[in-house]
Amino acid sequence: MARVASEPLNSRVPDGPIEQLWDRHRFNMKLVNPANKRKFRIIVVGTGLAGGAAAASLGELGYHVQAFCFQDSPRRAHSIAAQGGINAAKNYPNDGDSIWRLFYDTVKGGDYRAREANVYRLAQISNHIIDQCVAQGVPFAREYGGTLANRSFGGAQVSRTFYCRGQTGQQLLLGAYQAMMRQVQQGRVEVFARREMLELIVVDGLARGIVVRNMRTGQLETHTADAVVLCTGGYGNVFYLSTNAKGCNVTAAWRCCRRGAYFANPCYTQIHPTCIPVSGDYQSKLTLMSESLRNDGRVWVPKKAGDTRPPSEIPEDERDYYLERRYPSFGNLVPRDVASRAAKERCDAGYGVGETRLAVYLDFQDAIARDGVETIRRKYGNLFHMYQKITAENPYEVPMRIYPAVHYTMGGLWVDYNLMSTVPGLFVLGEANFSDHGANRLGASALMQGLSDGYFVIPYTIGDHLATASLPPVSEDHPACQEAVQAAEERLSRLMSVSGKRSVDSFHRALGQIMWDRCGMARNRSGLETAISEIRDLREQFWKDVRVPGSAGTLNQSLEKAGRVADFLEFAELLAIDALEREESCGGHFREEHQTEDGEARRNDEQFMHVAAWEFHGVGEEPTLHKEPLNFQYVPPTTRSYK
Amino acid sequence: MSGEHLSLTLRVWRQDGPEDPGRFETYQLDNVNPHMSFLEMLDVLNEQLIESGDEPVEFDHDCREGICGMCSLMINGQAHGPDRATTTCQLHMRRFRSGDTITIEPWRASAFPVVRDLVVDRSAFDRIIQAGGYVSVNTGNAPDGNAIPVPGTVQETAMDAAACIGCGACVAACKNASAMLFVSAKVSQLAMLPQGQAERTRRVLGMVTQMDEEGFGACTNTSECEAACPAEISVSHIARLNREYVRAALTAG
Ligand SMILES: Cc1cc2nc3c(=O)[nH]c(=O)nc-3n(C[C@H](O)[C@H](O)[C@H](O)COP(=O)(O)OP(=O)(O)OC[C@H]3O[C@@H](n4cnc5c(N)ncnc54)[C@H](O)[C@@H]3O)c2cc1C
Ligand code: FES
Repeated sequence: MARVASEPLNSRVPDGPIEQLWDRHRFNMKLVNPANKRKFRIIVVGTGLAGGAAAASLGELGYHVQAFCFQDSPRRAHSIAAQGGINAAKNYPNDGDSIWRLFYDTVKGGDYRAREANVYRLAQISNHIIDQCVAQGVPFAREYGGTLANRSFGGAQVSRTFYCRGQTGQQLLLGAYQAMMRQVQQGRVEVFARREMLELIVVDGLARGIVVRNMRTGQLETHTADAVVLCTGGYGNVFYLSTNAKGCNVTAAWRCCRRGAYFANPCYTQIHPTCIPVSGDYQSKLTLMSESLRNDGRVWVPKKAGDTRPPSEIPEDERDYYLERRYPSFGNLVPRDVASRAAKERCDAGYGVGETRLAVYLDFQDAIARDGVETIRRKYGNLFHMYQKITAENPYEVPMRIYPAVHYTMGGLWVDYNLMSTVPGLFVLGEANFSDHGANRLGASALMQGLSDGYFVIPYTIGDHLATASLPPVSEDHPACQEAVQAAEERLSRLMSVSGKRSVDSFHRALGQIMWDRCGMARNRSGLETAISEIRDLREQFWKDVRVPGSAGTLNQSLEKAGRVADFLEFAELLAIDALEREESCGGHFREEHQTEDGEARRNDEQFMHVAAWEFHGVGEEPTLHKEPLNFQYVPPTTRSYK
Repeated sequence: MSGEHLSLTLRVWRQDGPEDPGRFETYQLDNVNPHMSFLEMLDVLNEQLIESGDEPVEFDHDCREGICGMCSLMINGQAHGPDRATTTCQLHMRRFRSGDTITIEPWRASAFPVVRDLVVDRSAFDRIIQAGGYVSVNTGNAPDGNAIPVPGTVQETAMDAAACIGCGACVAACKNASAMLFVSAKVSQLAMLPQGQAERTRRVLGMVTQMDEEGFGACTNTSECEAACPAEISVSHIARLNREYVRAALTAG
């Protein structure tokens, strides 16, 4: 399936003790003279936590920044939907947390497939993030005395999660957005909303600009710059149904991959255990019920397969609290990957509940009896309300029905320690890169990573690039720009001209079904091989039979979706190839061939302790696998056990 | 669980572009599952339109869980439809009856020009925030988070205001198309917090001036905005905005 490059990929992590790496590196990097900063133009694609923070901070430094997003306002990036919270190693509760512990937990939680140096830096920076956000006026939850409140989240043994009710992502994003708006006012950041990036412009091997479609007018626009910072989020929507916003896409990252940026670990996808189950074939997205619910809710299914009695009629001794049974020490708080697989296992074995039988109960009766309805309402009122709105069932009275759903993607464009991709001058931040979470992300760590990359890493590392690269001016009529515009134009007209019979959505649903069935919570060789051939067939059908109504010269959401689905159809194949190639189970990647007798994941450190970074050679062509070896000098790999 | 499927008559605003005068089109939609969200119902309508060779209805949406503020729609004359504290994407079809006629229009306000069909331009809100809706603190300048204590009760009220999702329902619901609820939410959040004190005067003056320049109407205290707000922002923030404005005008004057 894959060619393997002989040279290992160099992450450019500097030498030295891990605690000092980032400090020393910051000292060793070249600086851009303050007076010269405004001569440099930087493109930031995406205005979520990563992009918003980057655009604001780079503007503050004096660079000329252009920020792009596909929504009608930068404030609507998908980061806004994060509910639970953001981690930091502040140790305010005095319960034993430290930078070292956050580092350790993240490396272990990632099942030893992340780069230690990056994770350590993330843990170090985490504390500055909280300070910065507080100073911006982010209304984090407080104790009565006025100090910041913390909660434990996602099975962590310490309370290190900061939160704003159930709207942490919203508040952090608005903080970054407002900081960016301030720079707009000062003339240092220009915002281009309703723009979709369709091509990366590469000149003499360096990233020098992008081609976007103005989604209001349909016009293609060329924007040139001295560096491009990609912050375009995750690719969970390759599964069609996910907890991601409808517009989340792989297009920007995939277009860069097609221009030479390697794509790392695409098979590392996170399935979140507590989401509202699918209810019908009209379903357009899935809704997450925050992980914090597992702090008080107990997960169970009936002991008897196919039991159709309502939950209230199933007596206590006929209930199987399977997480507590299988994992006595972590119980309902096992990490996401473990909890999701356990739910799937019960449902596949016929114990599922609800109309579709693809759900398990998350029950608050015991917590309500213990703490009272009011306490539970105070903690989870907004979530219970949302659940009731969607399902028309009252979770104070009947247990919630939940099922796992695609939620987050650990894979992404490969970046070095400076967050630069294999195309020099193209930096990748936030969920769009692969760097910090290995094969599984812990709760409340994505917000931390996005803001760390944007506020505190890119402002330094981009300077080193700008100060050392040779960057002659590039104008819009440079052949590389014209070629990129033409490529984008041709693709759009090709999409418009198929004039087939099937809607874009119907293809997206079909792709999602293939990915969920064969490339979802459990994978095996023959399923993945089937998936690859099914994806190819579907892609072929798409280009023969898709129907994109309207014209390319106006707002046209069908055309926008068509472009994204076309890219998903190419990318999905790479995801399946990566999953096939990785003959082990680790984190979110579970290969049925590689499990212990009691159904737990079995890693293969001997052969797979590496990042798999893929070089694209053309649609349907065999990609090249580049390996970045991983060493665990500080957190020795062990078998993750939550028993 | 499935309930009865619904048959609906939809009167939908269609407008080809900003210059087009626009018109209502009527569509018949059968077999609507009551568990669908309102936007999923529109997805089904669009599939039907595409199949029959028509152009689908364009409408803004993204998160579909009530937080991004991208979805809009006047539904039978109500911003975000009949349910309180609910965005259009969280409204479910079980709220309607078979045989109903549902009228669907874009937000109507001169400061929110229609782009196409149900999609409007809300960039005026971004410009209002640019005019002062922030705390001026550069990255790297912050003291330890706990060095700025904020009493729990102050923080709770600030959070109530900060919950605004910027959807524009307040403007759409107001007969004067006033943006006071939106502006007051940000002014109020930052005026209450210690971090916002230094720029208190400049902020309120800048934001209110920008609001007027964008062509939003005056507030005549009808509270329609509060009733329509999916994030339950209270009009008490408008009262605070007014006090802040008077205070700032006196200080600055
Ligand atoms: C429901 C939900 C809850 C979550 N809760 C938590 C939590 O509690 N804690 C936590 O740590 N993490 C959480 N996460 C994960 C976290 O929210 C995301 O990983 C993170 O916010 C991603 O931020 P980002 O800046 O990388 O990307 P995003 O916020 O997704 O931003 C992407 C940006 O890129 C732009 N963009 C994308 N494609 C293009 C294109 N082709 N052209 C132009 N612009 C483009 C978009 O317009 C947007 O501005 C949650 C995720 C979900 C789905
Ligand atoms: S689509 Fe995000 S609030 Fe409705």
